Parts: sequence; structure tokens; C-alpha cells
Amino acid sequence: MSALRVHVEGVGLWSPALADFAALRALLAGTTPAPPPARPPAATLPPNERRRAPESVLLAVEAAGQAVTMSGRDATTLACVFASAHGDQAITDYMCATLAQAPAELSPTRFHNSVHNAAVGYWTIASGCHAPSTAVCAQRASFGAGLLEAAAQALAEQRPVLLACSDIAGSGPLAEITGCRQSFGCALVLAPQAGAATLARLELGLQPGAATDTPLPEPLAGWRDGNPSAASLPLLAMLAGRGGRCTLAAATGLGLQLDMEPVA
Amino acid sequence: MPYSMTPLAVTAYTATSAMGSGLAAQLDALEHARSGLRPNDFSSAPLTCWIGRVDGVEDVTLPGALADWDCRNNRLAWLGLARDGFLERVREARARYGAGRVALLLGTSTASIGATEEAYRRLDADGGFADDMLRPAIHAPHSLAAFVAAALALEGPCLTVSTACSSSAKVFASAERMLRLGLVDAAVVGGVDTLCDSVLFGFNALELVSPEPCRPFDAARCGISIGEAAGFALLERVEAAPAAPRLLGYGESSDAHHMSTPHPEGLGAELALRDALTRAGLDAARVDYINLHGTASRKNDEVEAALVARAFPAGTRASSTKGFTGHTLGAAGILEATIALQAIEHGLVPGTLGGDTPDPVCGAQFAWRNEQRRVDVALSNSFGFGGNNACLAFARAGFAA
Repeated sequence: MSALRVHVEGVGLWSPALADFAALRALLAGTTPAPPPARPPAATLPPNERRRAPESVLLAVEAAGQAVTMSGRDATTLACVFASAHGDQAITDYMCATLAQAPAELSPTRFHNSVHNAAVGYWTIASGCHAPSTAVCAQRASFGAGLLEAAAQALAEQRPVLLACSDIAGSGPLAEITGCRQSFGCALVLAPQAGAATLARLELGLQPGAATDTPLPEPLAGWRDGNPSAASLPLLAMLAGRGGRCTLAAATGLGLQLDMEPVA
Repeated sequence: MPYSMTPLAVTAYTATSAMGSGLAAQLDALEHARSGLRPNDFSSAPLTCWIGRVDGVEDVTLPGALADWDCRNNRLAWLGLARDGFLERVREARARYGAGRVALLLGTSTASIGATEEAYRRLDADGGFADDMLRPAIHAPHSLAAFVAAALALEGPCLTVSTACSSSAKVFASAERMLRLGLVDAAVVGGVDTLCDSVLFGFNALELVSPEPCRPFDAARCGISIGEAAGFALLERVEAAPAAPRLLGYGESSDAHHMSTPHPEGLGAELALRDALTRAGLDAARVDYINLHGTASRKNDEVEAALVARAFPAGTRASSTKGFTGHTLGAAGILEATIALQAIEHGLVPGTLGGDTPDPVCGAQFAWRNEQRRVDVALSNSFGFGGNNACLAFARAGFAA
């Protein structure tokens, strides 16, 4: 199979330690960036939505907004793939606890925010986007599988695609099960053709067999252990640096080999 | 504009719902206008409503090697996979193409959240999950697809699409893109959602659940009945199976309007429909049957009926089959795709069960009772929360647009 080639036009990033992609660059260059505020600003959302939106939505929208701004693309026509291994764990914890005690008291708003596509739903509403949008997951391979889905859409449909991948920290008894210790969100804008906004060329190829984790320096390796969406960090580090090759999991028994070349 | 698409062969398909397990049971229920709905006997606390429950899910035992995946949703998946020779057809595809060349793309809204609910109902003394519930893989939304990948021994791309009630329609689109790009040679698509407290009490909290069996497109409809279902299809290139029915096109769109209410003019629904028709190279007049989303919620049915009235000639037939199965949420896309395929195969346009006093907004296209007629082209609509819309187009083998 020939490799899929896409072009990265924008990058977004948010974690408790990193406010954006520039902060990751600074960290990898040996400085310690100032940590961002606790709540992602998610400026794409109108103020009333921003106040009410759950953390999972703020996180995904913040990362997505950064990537789209960097790309200069019009969000109203940008197809969207939003990935998350666990969705909104705080709402899952709330729903399961409420259903165990007083099911008739379940909050209707929290219920409609519990759908896996809540973040991409809020994103399309806030940005006025009528393009196809999807919400996907694949456990620890959620980023790799989401990247494959986004790249396939960009190439098969010959249109730019926004990929976001984010998970918040676990809550309540569920936290022990998911092992998510802190939030992490990232986003990429991928285009089928090179253009003025191209940051890097990215080639994707499927590799049979389970992918082994690409070595990462601390604190990145610890972040990856504590959040499935941070499985994207080897790719983000290549983008921040001089490109290179890494392999991410696209499924339990399938690797996604990534070759990246920066475009000056 | 979407690219016009090379049709794909639907070389096997199967469905299990409240209508019964397997295609023969489904066809029998449709032909006899027999609803599978029953008074709610499922939720952990009383709730007055009707549900589309699948009989016998409790009695399913997963094979020993898959025992760690045990939960209601995966039992229903296993029950569904075992019908209509589907396992054998996947085994053949795996042998023909290789396990790494078959994609697995499944839709689900809540996956096995029912198992997580159960874990919370019986936490151990120190507030953690009981030992038998310490199975992280079933407490994640990828539970279904990961289980089916293990059950079918597939090693290609594997993805869960979870866009609420459009989930298992959108997997057809992902599969077509992967086949077109040569990433795989075949794809197993489908979806499973099971009854659970989250959806019963959640839709109840939104005041969308009907106290009586749902009545799609009826003037006096008062909400949805929730159901459960499993459905699967195998997609391959047409050369591999020239006599098989075809996936002709698909459309996807976003309403950009509201999280739980459809766009009042059906903007997103119409974009998905036009996308599907363009991709299939079809004029609306060539469509013989549309299986509508038709949930029996006040708003969905009003918006969807208006879309049918303005987009199709009177000769196109349209119906909702939610009165047979209830709204099976993330499984609705695949379940209703199999009904559209059976409409083509058997020349049966199912009636809109429960629609006894048609809403005046419904046009002449509506089939209120079963009709026997040739169906060459059938569409299936699926719309979800977050304003997520999908439309699928199927045709009989040899159909040329």
C-alpha cells in the first residue's frame, strides 16, 4: 500500500502545563513555559456557552480553535474529526452515580452533553459549520485511529479536515479504571495539497502488528502514561522539532508509521 | 461538491432487534406489521414507557476466550454476529484478503455504559469497582469495536464512530473512503446499542419519551420509544460480488443549530440527502423508498416530513419503522440500512406502524400501510444529537443511475 500524504497547516495544544503548541516548543528547547489558567479559554464558543460548557468541550474547542486559527482556514466549511478515548468522564461519573441513587433526578442538560459527539456538536454550532463532523474513539489508539480517519477523509474527499483529540482527567470511581490523571488535548488541520500555510508534510503508512511506544523525554512520557490523547506527543514533538519518523497505534494490533518533513 | 462514488457491494448483512434475531424474523415482523415494542420491564427503577427489547440477550454466553468482554452490549453483538451466516462470510473475507486488509468500523451511542452503571450500583466497601467489574476495556466507548475485533480476529483499521443516533450510518462513509484509498479490501460495518438506564432516564429527563408505543408521524405523537439492536454488513468491491446489492452513496452534514433539537428547516438533513444523491449520481425521482429517521419526537418528524414533501415526487415511498423496533439510537443507522436492503430484496415497503392519524404535514409519499412494489433504490436517514446527519443510498445489483 502506498503511503497517505497530507499537509499539516495548524496545530493546537492544551494541558495543565502547556497553553499552546508554542509552549511545547519552548519546553522541548529547554525552557519552562508558564502554566496556563485552569480553564481552557475556548474563545470560539459564545460567552454564555463558554460559561455552561463542560470541561471536555472547553478542552477540545480550545485545541481545535488554536489549530484552525494557525491554519487560516474558514471553520464554517472545515470537516471535523473529534477523537476522545473516554468522552466526558466527569459526566459519566455524575450519570452513573445519579442513576445508582435517584435515576429520576438525572439532569437533561448533562444527559445531552454526555454524547460522545458533544464537543464536535458545540464546535460546529459555535463555528457555523455545516460540513461533515464525526466523533470517534479507539481506546489507547484513539489519536492514531482518529488521525487515520481524518487523513483518509482529507485525501478521499480532497478537502481540509480538522482533527482534535482530547481527554479530561477521570472522576470518581471511574478514574481508577480509566487511569486518566490529567487533561490533554491537541488538534491538527490537515490538507490534501501543499499551500501557503503548510507547516509540514506528513506521510502515513499502516504497519501490521502492535506499535511499541516511541521513546519520549520526561515530562512528556509521564503525560502520555496519564492520558490516552497524549499518545499524540511523538507526532507533536516531531512537528515542534525537525520532523522524523515515529509509529503510533492505529488499533490494538496495527501501527501507523508517520514520516514528517517540516516545510520551511 | 462530493465526488461521485464507485458503488460497493454489500456482500452480507444481518440484524437483530425487538422484531427478532436475523433477517427472516425481521422480514416476518415487517410483513405482518408486528411491533416488537413492550411495556418497560428493563430499567433499574420504574419508568412508564415502552421499549424495544431483544429477547434472550441475558442467556447469551460468550466463548471462554472472550469472557472478559462480557456485558449486555457485547452479548447482543455476539447474538447478532451469529445470524445469517455473517461470521462465515467474514471468515471468508479474512481468508481472501488477510486479517489486516479488513477494516472494522462500528457505531454505538453508549457502548457498554450499562456495565459501568452496574459497577456504580454495587461499588465495594471502599467505594471502588467490585472485583468482577475491574475490566477497563468494557468501561470505555470503544468496548464494542474492540470486542468484535477480537471475536472476528480482524487486524485492520478499527474505529468506533459515536455521533449519537447517526453513528452506525456514518461507518459506511468511513469504510468507503478506506476502500477507495486502497487501505483495505473489505470492511465490516455496523453498530450495537443496548437498553440502559442512561438512555431511558436521560431521554425521560428531556421529556422525549412517550408513555405509549411510539407513533411516528402521527398527528398525536408524543415522543420516542427506546430500543436496542445489533446489525452488521460486509462491504467489498463490486467485482468481488457482482450479484450483491450496492451501497450507491452516502451523505454527511452538521446542523450547526442546537445540541438536542433539529434545525427547524431541516438544513443539515437536506445537505446530507443532497450529498448522498450527488455521490450516487441519482435524481430524487429515482428513489423508490426512504426509510426515515422518524423517531416520533414532535420536532424530528415535522422537520423530516417537510423535507420529504419538498425533495421527492409523490411516487417515492417513505416510512418510519421505529414503531416496530423503537429508536435503537446508535444502532438505528445499520438496523434501518438492513430494512432498506430488505425492501430492495423483497419488494416490501414497510408501513409506518403507529402512524394511525397522519400528521397533515406528511405528503403523498408516506406509506402508512405495507406496500408490495419493486424497489430499485432505497435511502436511509439517520440524524443525531449535536445536529449530526447521515443519509445512505442503496440499490439492487446492476442498477445504473
